[in-house]
Amino acid sequence: MNAQTSESRTIEAEPGLKPGMLQTQTTAKTEEQLQADKAQPIKARTRGLKLWYGDTQVLFDVDIDILQNRVTAFIGPSGCGKSTLLRCFNRMNDLVDNVRIEGGVEVDGQDINDPSLDVVLLRSRIGMVFQHPNPFPKSIYENIAYAPRIHGLVNGRREMDDLVERSLRRAGLWDEVADRLDTPGTALSGGQQQRLCIARAIAVGPELILMDEPASALDPIATAKIEDLITELRDNYTIAIVTHNLQQAARVADYTAFMYMGELVEYNDTNTLFTNPREKRTEDYATGRYG
Amino acid sequence: MEFDSAFEARMKKRYRAERRFKGYCITGLATALVFLLVFFTDIIVKALPALQQAEVRITYVYNEESADFPSAGIQEDYYELVSRGWLRIVPKRMRDNPELMGTTEQTWALATDGVDQYLKGQYNKLSEEEQALADRMVAAGNLRLAFNTGFFTTGDSKLPEMAGLWASLVGSIYVMILTFLFAFPLGVMTAVYLEEFAPENKLTQLIEVNINNLAAVPSIIFGLLGLAVFINFFGVPRSTVLAGGLTMGIMTLPLIIISARAALRAVPDSIRQGALAMGASRWQMVKDHVLPLAMPGVLTGTIIGMAVAIGETAPLLIIGMVAYIPNAPETFTDAATVLPAQIYTWAGEPERSYVSRTALGIMVLLTAMITMNATAVYLRNRFTRRW
Repeated sequence: MNAQTSESRTIEAEPGLKPGMLQTQTTAKTEEQLQADKAQPIKARTRGLKLWYGDTQVLFDVDIDILQNRVTAFIGPSGCGKSTLLRCFNRMNDLVDNVRIEGGVEVDGQDINDPSLDVVLLRSRIGMVFQHPNPFPKSIYENIAYAPRIHGLVNGRREMDDLVERSLRRAGLWDEVADRLDTPGTALSGGQQQRLCIARAIAVGPELILMDEPASALDPIATAKIEDLITELRDNYTIAIVTHNLQQAARVADYTAFMYMGELVEYNDTNTLFTNPREKRTEDYATGRYG
Repeated sequence: MEFDSAFEARMKKRYRAERRFKGYCITGLATALVFLLVFFTDIIVKALPALQQAEVRITYVYNEESADFPSAGIQEDYYELVSRGWLRIVPKRMRDNPELMGTTEQTWALATDGVDQYLKGQYNKLSEEEQALADRMVAAGNLRLAFNTGFFTTGDSKLPEMAGLWASLVGSIYVMILTFLFAFPLGVMTAVYLEEFAPENKLTQLIEVNINNLAAVPSIIFGLLGLAVFINFFGVPRSTVLAGGLTMGIMTLPLIIISARAALRAVPDSIRQGALAMGASRWQMVKDHVLPLAMPGVLTGTIIGMAVAIGETAPLLIIGMVAYIPNAPETFTDAATVLPAQIYTWAGEPERSYVSRTALGIMVLLTAMITMNATAVYLRNRFTRRW
């Protein structure tokens, strides 16, 4: 939790908060907004999701709904299964040996663990951003162009140029790299690399973007840029983000899920979760008693 | 600062031990350097004479008689000085150039091995008259030591003055091409499968252990395998480039697999995950991202494997490539010999002059190997990415 003290946008305690309550501010949703969100379509959801790595059960009966065009954050102490849960949505857990999954994971109402579903197709529609920026050691242009090319999304160089520019603009990186698209993506700074990875993920117009602690390897200024970007992307994309940084969750997420020891303890709109948690464990975590 | 004497004594002991250890290390290095120096000096001193070859200036008469009996074309005095090998190719030269008929030409002809050795101050069997004649001709400028072009342009010969490295050099290049074509794709694909596709289980572990063991199998065993599989079973003609290339190929294969796997493993998982997460298939992930990043390492390993293969003689012994094969191969099914085999053959010849030819052959082989290894080091330093 040390990172927060150096955050560029640390927010002072609100007067009127209970002592020990999370020292951060969330934009409380109005009743109307919450009502409106009830009508928001569900982009992805899990039902009774259980997951084992070998003999160790990592997820216990997780039920969660991820709303379209909203940012959903997964928080919880290390090892609570939040990244594992995130990776259930694009089946990245398939890469782990000895993994066993029970229960349903649906994206747009489609069971993604259905054996007849092509996992390549699934992943082409779900973007992912990792904890450490991992641009390909190719040019900035190639980093963006790769996925659209293998999926055959564009015809010809002109369309590709447009798509690359559009993706970079959306990721707020265009102005910084427009004149050096042919330099290696790995030559950028850490924060720029991460925005390049986000641009790379949105280039295929994904249904859902999964972000696994996207700012944890970045300095505060780069973190702030990523957070602003997430807020902007919210209008066009559905985002699920894992973070160990509670203030980050408070700043960017509409909804927050608190996980502990593989269980989904509490899931609510962010403001309620932080200011008026139902569960004792949530409150303890949010006030920094463990985690 | 105050230290008690026991502490100071301990310190002195520590420093002594340190100096002693450093001394051992330097001794080791110095010994290696001395051996290397002696080895290279010996080779170079022995090889230098072979760089020159005696030539004698003669007046050759091309006529009907010399077309049938080449020795008829030169003055009788010189008959003992000119190499029979040189004379033997005169009729062919006359057939190829009919305009020579009836002309007389002053030319430098290859001298016999005896003359060559006499001029180089080595043991020879020249009679006293011949020695006197040679001295007179040297004084008159009609006998000289010139650069030994023939060594690099002709094949093996039973006449020492005629013996050259060309056939085995070409043979080596041909064999290496086949070895590469056979072992590289097979090795890289095996490594890719084992690293990127194969599940981790008892079977793959068994395969892995066996591949590692194969790399340590004595090379002559691969020769036996080549004989049994390629020559006896598949009917590949013996002594040929094809038999040699395939045998060398299976010998190099484990080395390539091991180094390619190491190179693939050095590519960080984040690249794989990044590619898969954006919907690349496994093959696309390998082909577009992992393999290009691993390529410098793969090539380095391959070149080192090939450098081992180019110096290998034992397996070729079994498949009939260590033999008297004077002609350079033109196709992959021609009989051929290779550099180390040629060196081995010369080393067994009784004539003294083969000693320096052997040494020069070793120098050529070493140059080839050092060049290959240097290329590998360059590739590694230039292209290998640090993560």
